[in-house]
Amino acid sequence: MCCADWWKRSYFNVELFARLCYLNVLLSIVIVCAERETMEPVTLLFALTTTLYLVASLLYLTAMIGKRENAGRLGRWVLLVGVVAHAAVFAVRHSMVSGTPVTSLHESLSFFAWCLVLLFLLLDLRFRLSVMGAFAAPSALCLMIFSALSPDVVVPLNPVLRSWLFPLHISFAFLGNAAFALSFGAGVMYLIQDRMLKSKRFNRLYRMLPSINVLDQVNYTCLSVGFPFMTLGIITGAVWANLAWGGYWSWDPKETWALITWFLYAGLLHGRLTVGWRGRRAAFFSIVAFMFLLFTFLGVSLLFNGYHTFEVFSMP
Amino acid sequence: MNIVVVGLSHKTAPVEIREKVAFEADALEDRLAQLLALPYVSEAMIVSTCNRVELYAATMRPEQVCVELQRFMAESHGLTPAVLNPHLYSYACQDAVRHVFRVTASLDSMVVGEPQILGQIKTAYGHACDCKSAGLVLNRFMHKAFSAAKRVRTETAIASSAVSVSYAAVELARKIFESLENKTVMLVGAGEMCELAAKHFVRYGVSKVLVTNRTYSRAETLAESFGGVAVNFANFREQLHRVDILLSSTGSPDYVIHAADIKAACKLRRYEPMFLIDIAVPRDIDPAVGKIDSVYLYDVDDLQGVVQANLKEREKEAIKAEEIIDQEVLRFHEWLANLTIRPTIVALRKQLEGVRQKELQRTLSSLGNLDDHERKMLDAMTSAIVNKILHHPTRLLKQLNCDDDKLRYLDAVQMLFDLSIQPPSDDMAELPED
Repeated sequence: MCCADWWKRSYFNVELFARLCYLNVLLSIVIVCAERETMEPVTLLFALTTTLYLVASLLYLTAMIGKRENAGRLGRWVLLVGVVAHAAVFAVRHSMVSGTPVTSLHESLSFFAWCLVLLFLLLDLRFRLSVMGAFAAPSALCLMIFSALSPDVVVPLNPVLRSWLFPLHISFAFLGNAAFALSFGAGVMYLIQDRMLKSKRFNRLYRMLPSINVLDQVNYTCLSVGFPFMTLGIITGAVWANLAWGGYWSWDPKETWALITWFLYAGLLHGRLTVGWRGRRAAFFSIVAFMFLLFTFLGVSLLFNGYHTFEVFSMP
Repeated sequence: MNIVVVGLSHKTAPVEIREKVAFEADALEDRLAQLLALPYVSEAMIVSTCNRVELYAATMRPEQVCVELQRFMAESHGLTPAVLNPHLYSYACQDAVRHVFRVTASLDSMVVGEPQILGQIKTAYGHACDCKSAGLVLNRFMHKAFSAAKRVRTETAIASSAVSVSYAAVELARKIFESLENKTVMLVGAGEMCELAAKHFVRYGVSKVLVTNRTYSRAETLAESFGGVAVNFANFREQLHRVDILLSSTGSPDYVIHAADIKAACKLRRYEPMFLIDIAVPRDIDPAVGKIDSVYLYDVDDLQGVVQANLKEREKEAIKAEEIIDQEVLRFHEWLANLTIRPTIVALRKQLEGVRQKELQRTLSSLGNLDDHERKMLDAMTSAIVNKILHHPTRLLKQLNCDDDKLRYLDAVQMLFDLSIQPPSDDMAELPED
């Protein structure tokens, strides 16, 4: 009788576990096919990280939809292991190219995912919101999948560009991006919950999402973390450009768009701090600004020619 | 042994009937004694709340006892059975167990999942224990009912959302502010509902209460009861920017709070969210206020909407709860069935064993000089005969599921073999012998 009950109660988890195993196999096949070449330790680690992000995503979604706090707690640990495994990927790549391993699109997306997860885990220390996990973990997973699909080429850095500023520049820039991505997530959730409260619809979504005050706080915290990072990213970039090419600013498309995005975020932060913007307006603004950021990050690199296209890093 | 329930509830009887049949707490001792004096009733219990009056009894004769309890219910309140019976429900055996488990788990309540009923049944059981009218069966029955109720409470979300208007307001406030600590509540007008909601808010951590009313003295007395501050009605609008949650219930025919008031307050409080609750009919707050950014305006109907949504959610959870109840009913029923059958089986075995021993001794003494081996053979043969004869009836008795059938078979066995059954516990009344 007792055993029968146990089985019934843990049915959900058993089902989940089976589904995870299945997806795990599927994903491994996809990754192996995408790579085609022989599996190297890096690729294995990469696949492991992706799988861990996948498991964490499912756990967080379970926690949110099924209202199971335990799943969220487990998801946090899985994500922690994932972020460590992911760090190992970069460590191995670093030794392979003997330089900062963030030069190709593949590496950039993967590094973005790593920053996102890292920042989320730090944010989680304060807010403990499994709902944010249900945004951050799947986002990281998507980035990893896109990263796996883009060609994995090891690009040795152009000697002109070799500098201690390079790792600093990309770390600041990507941490800023990740923080803004989280503030975007919180902003979207804010707008949804605000709409639920205003239209007086008390559905599932209303029950799942946290209070608007908390979402506003998360949005603000991420903004106030992301802005200094972005600023430092731009400054280090300028200094590095001066070292490499002898000019701080050359109105390269990336620089222009980054500046526009920076002004948007500066405006938002200013509005929040002095005019007292908050809530809907701030959430909406952070969503728009993130669209600009996405364009700066991906659109500019892929559409325009300039210093930041991924090919420029390679040897002339 | 069986459980019988006779009673009425808000679902079967109007309040005029319910108030007539309610048992007073002072008279419970006498009533329980009267119940135990009824024929075939071995244990008894009385539950009497404003929404239900029920009699529980443990008995070997459920059908007769049902009728007896119905008559008792009517007679002890000076009513005729003809008046009362249409409102009464009676359950016996498994149905009775299920009914009581559902009642205790608050699945049969007017507001499904409300927590009071469990306490009320515990009190009723306490009375029965004090009066020694609860014995082996009811003790176990009640403990199983309580543990089933606990399982329902912990394994389903049946009681996790607000189903009263004033508590729904608190729930909403927490979806806006997360924590209510250090928040300020203002009461505009001193309605009863306002007061109740304010009490809930204070219990959830609201630290400051402002009260305003057209008659200042009324505001002062109300403010005192919350440890709050009274504000002059003429200039309460100047305080609006300090208010996080506003409850309004004046008797004014026109709007008391206009969009311009709130807009000004919002600016002053740097667009921190505001939660406005308009309990008054006609409304006090201009509905246009609800369109302002980060201002959430709810009127009575909206709060009712929250309650309705939550009730629907509870109904969903109630389905899960019914499954838990099913499991628990089955478990208790197994125990009860065992309790009923075992004495008969034991008595039957004893009876036949006695016959066997007697006849064996007689045969052995008349046969005279037998060696040990032959004696053992005879002994083994006779006990094999007894076992073979008993095998089928025993299995049949154990397998019988329907209570009435079982009772009939048990009666038949007892009559056919002239068995006298020892009751399983001392505090059970003596069973009649046929």
